[in-house]
Amino acid sequence: MHELSLTRSVVAIVLEKAAGRKVKGVRLSVGALAGVELQALRFCFPLVTEGTAMEGAALHIDEVPGKARCTGCADEITLDVPLGLCPCEKREPLALLSGDELLVKEMEVE
Amino acid sequence: MCGTCGCGDEKGVTIENADGTHTHVLPDGSVVKHAHDHAHEHEHGPAHAHGHAHDHGHAHDHGHGHGEDGVSAVETLEARILGRNSELAARNRGWFAGREVLALNLMSSPGAGKTTLLEATLRGLELPASVLEGDQETANDAERIRATGARALQINTGKGCHLEADMVWRGLEELRPEFGSVLFIENVGNLVCPALFDLGEHTRVVLFSVTEGEDKPLKYPHMFRVADLVLITKIDLAEPCDFDREAAYDAVRQVAPGAPILEVSARRGDPSGAGMDAWLDWLRTQHRRLRHEDEAAQ
Repeated sequence: MHELSLTRSVVAIVLEKAAGRKVKGVRLSVGALAGVELQALRFCFPLVTEGTAMEGAALHIDEVPGKARCTGCADEITLDVPLGLCPCEKREPLALLSGDELLVKEMEVE
Repeated sequence: MCGTCGCGDEKGVTIENADGTHTHVLPDGSVVKHAHDHAHEHEHGPAHAHGHAHDHGHAHDHGHGHGEDGVSAVETLEARILGRNSELAARNRGWFAGREVLALNLMSSPGAGKTTLLEATLRGLELPASVLEGDQETANDAERIRATGARALQINTGKGCHLEADMVWRGLEELRPEFGSVLFIENVGNLVCPALFDLGEHTRVVLFSVTEGEDKPLKYPHMFRVADLVLITKIDLAEPCDFDREAAYDAVRQVAPGAPILEVSARRGDPSGAGMDAWLDWLRTQHRRLRHEDEAAQ
């Protein structure tokens, strides 16, 4: 349940930037390989925001697919799990291109 | 009117400057240059702040700037969710560097043998060392460590499932590891959550025991991918457990191709168990490198 810690971080970041203004929405960018359970994040959000200037805010999550390039065959592949070796014959290490993101992209404030 | 912010006179000429500012030529001929990071009045609506730098040409499906009530605005943050922990981890890293303390973050599932390994390690390692023990409850592990003669501090996370950088900082203030020593941070037994939280350590050691199955790294890839060293523990039980060494090594390599693998038996906290020499040597090498002792000897 590190999603609770992550949600607290999101809320702390947004409340600081909002500086007392009412927050109507938050947009996050979460990579497929970031090790975050989105359902858990969505579950925690209303609990953590309750009683703050973010209460009732909409949570939008943009999922970033995991992409990596094989250092052997140079193919770009999509990853659902963070593997380190390409499944190609050469089984060379993969260089991660995207999917590690864990960002608060923007907020909508009144 | 300015196509980006809607400010300025309808008849004014707008120039988009490369530095992100606009230049408006007002009807009276005066030239106004401004960026969009300041508050300004709109003739057509209530005042609102443009304290943001985002591109209004984006395709998001939410309203911005001029919502139904005319007062909501979207602000770009681009803030790393783990940014605060990373800052605190950087502070820990500086603390370690300044005191030439080699800090290791030990992570595994509960029961893989972290504390037993540390008991054997502290008995076998001639270097000054101390331990930060992370557990949800009880001070049992810190007491086991103290029984070896080493200093230990228990951090109870309560409901927390992992250590975070600020907990380690508070632990350091209390424990105060000595200059040039080795600090073992035994994370909460958990192969999921601790993977995400940088503590400022030099090295992440991930353990799994032969009793847990060869495919543990594939089941918990988020943890194993961050490993700088993988330790296979309870190797004395390999035979009765029908442990498939090849399969285990292959599983580690698939997730963490660059991580070295060592096998150890720390049974009863005995430093003379199988593989303990190689592990202790690895620790000594890390410690020498940190303190630049290899270079000094040349």
